[in-house]
Amino acid sequence: MAEATRTRAERRNVNAPGYTVRFALVVCLACAAVVAVAAVLLEPRQAANARLYMEKNVLIAAGLAQPGDALSIADVDALFERYVEARLVDLQAGELVPENAVDARAFDQRAARNDPATSRLAPTNKAGIHRLPDRAVVYFIRRDDAVEQLVLAVEGLGMWGTMYGFVSLDPDANTVGGLTYYEHRETPGLGAEVASPVWQRVWQGRKIYDDQWQARITVIKGIAGDPEDDPLRVDGLTGATVTSNAVTNLMQFWLGPHGYGPFLDRFREGEAEI
Amino acid sequence: MSTVIGTGGPAPIAFGPKERAILTDPLVANNPITVQMLGVCSALAITTGVDNALVMSVGVILVAMVASLAVSLIRDRTPTAIRIIVQLAIIASLVTVFDQVLKATFYEISLELSVFVGLIITNCMVLGRAEGFAMQNPPYPAVLDALGNALGYALILIIVAASRELLGAGKLLGYQVLPLTTDGGWFEPNGLMLLPPSALFVIGLLIWAMRTWWPELVEKD
Repeated sequence: MAEATRTRAERRNVNAPGYTVRFALVVCLACAAVVAVAAVLLEPRQAANARLYMEKNVLIAAGLAQPGDALSIADVDALFERYVEARLVDLQAGELVPENAVDARAFDQRAARNDPATSRLAPTNKAGIHRLPDRAVVYFIRRDDAVEQLVLAVEGLGMWGTMYGFVSLDPDANTVGGLTYYEHRETPGLGAEVASPVWQRVWQGRKIYDDQWQARITVIKGIAGDPEDDPLRVDGLTGATVTSNAVTNLMQFWLGPHGYGPFLDRFREGEAEI
Repeated sequence: MSTVIGTGGPAPIAFGPKERAILTDPLVANNPITVQMLGVCSALAITTGVDNALVMSVGVILVAMVASLAVSLIRDRTPTAIRIIVQLAIIASLVTVFDQVLKATFYEISLELSVFVGLIITNCMVLGRAEGFAMQNPPYPAVLDALGNALGYALILIIVAASRELLGAGKLLGYQVLPLTTDGGWFEPNGLMLLPPSALFVIGLLIWAMRTWWPELVEKD
């Protein structure tokens, strides 16, 4: 009885406007504190996970790992040690940066692209790229000393945000060996299929360049032919035209004259030997 | 407190028949998905594999329990006019924290669940228990009620996910259980089971089975 009346009395004064505002403020501050503490404490581990996942995607693009593999940092390090050599490319000159000048594996291309000292404004393009880094990363995949694949970093504006991925090319610097996207904000179930291994498999064996060495690879609406008959076209993603076009634009940009194009020309002519 | 003991009511942390009922009722007889029809959208979206369903279940169980505890603790101090948004703020904060923890521990699963973890916020089951039960009851029964409902939700999620993964890919938790014809086995996977509509079929079949088994679940009209 006493409890019931007390509760009712409290009920009455908890509905006073001043109290309501104060209560809302306290709840907001408490919730904000909980979220902020969690975000700050967990940030280092999230960053480490994101980096591990990025490097795992280099290995997936190169065919050295499968999407479902559970790889630890040590596993990725071992594979990198054995097969992968990370280097930086001076994009405009198309030349490799000397090996001991910089630690290419630790290179943060996004930070470099945002820093005015190490980047420039990108020429007008359809890929939604505003700034271009002066240097970009390339991973040489070697087996028995011969370069087996070149893995290049690509990015571009998708439907809801920037998509980040890797494309792997055969030593002819034209045939696609693999493609992955490790970070994107595309619509789950539709555009997010860019990250699906099923779709990424249809890229294998496609060609980037036509016979004039123009980057012409295009994601079409519908289904493309076999890579042998229809090498410059790739099946589109159903219900994701914007994402499909974004992939076309970013591939053509990064493999074109403002991206890795100059470097790939030199590599093809054997001038960019490592 | 003396009134409670005087009337011979249960001690605050006892686990008697009443508490058992609060906990077990939502498992089957009053299951949030198949009987109350709450939280169905997430059940459709993330039940392609048992691993996703397990992570989602853990998320909903933790969020529901802590949210009900918090809402119950401040129930006498919460202004009536803003009680729903207060509950939502608590639930949204907890879900955000869970999402952060997931990104720090199971990064690839967090990528796959993507927006659906965030959608726990709008899972009517969590808000329903906070508003419908925790606002009127002390913390201990409120937590039990949230646990019971979340377990009932998890139960359906895992049943649906297991049947979809088994029939759609011949796998359970990523391990090949039924040998596929493409690998020389006998099982022809049904790709439809991996698409969202199949979750609707499986949940529909479950509801039908439960109502046939327990006719008292059928509403009188």
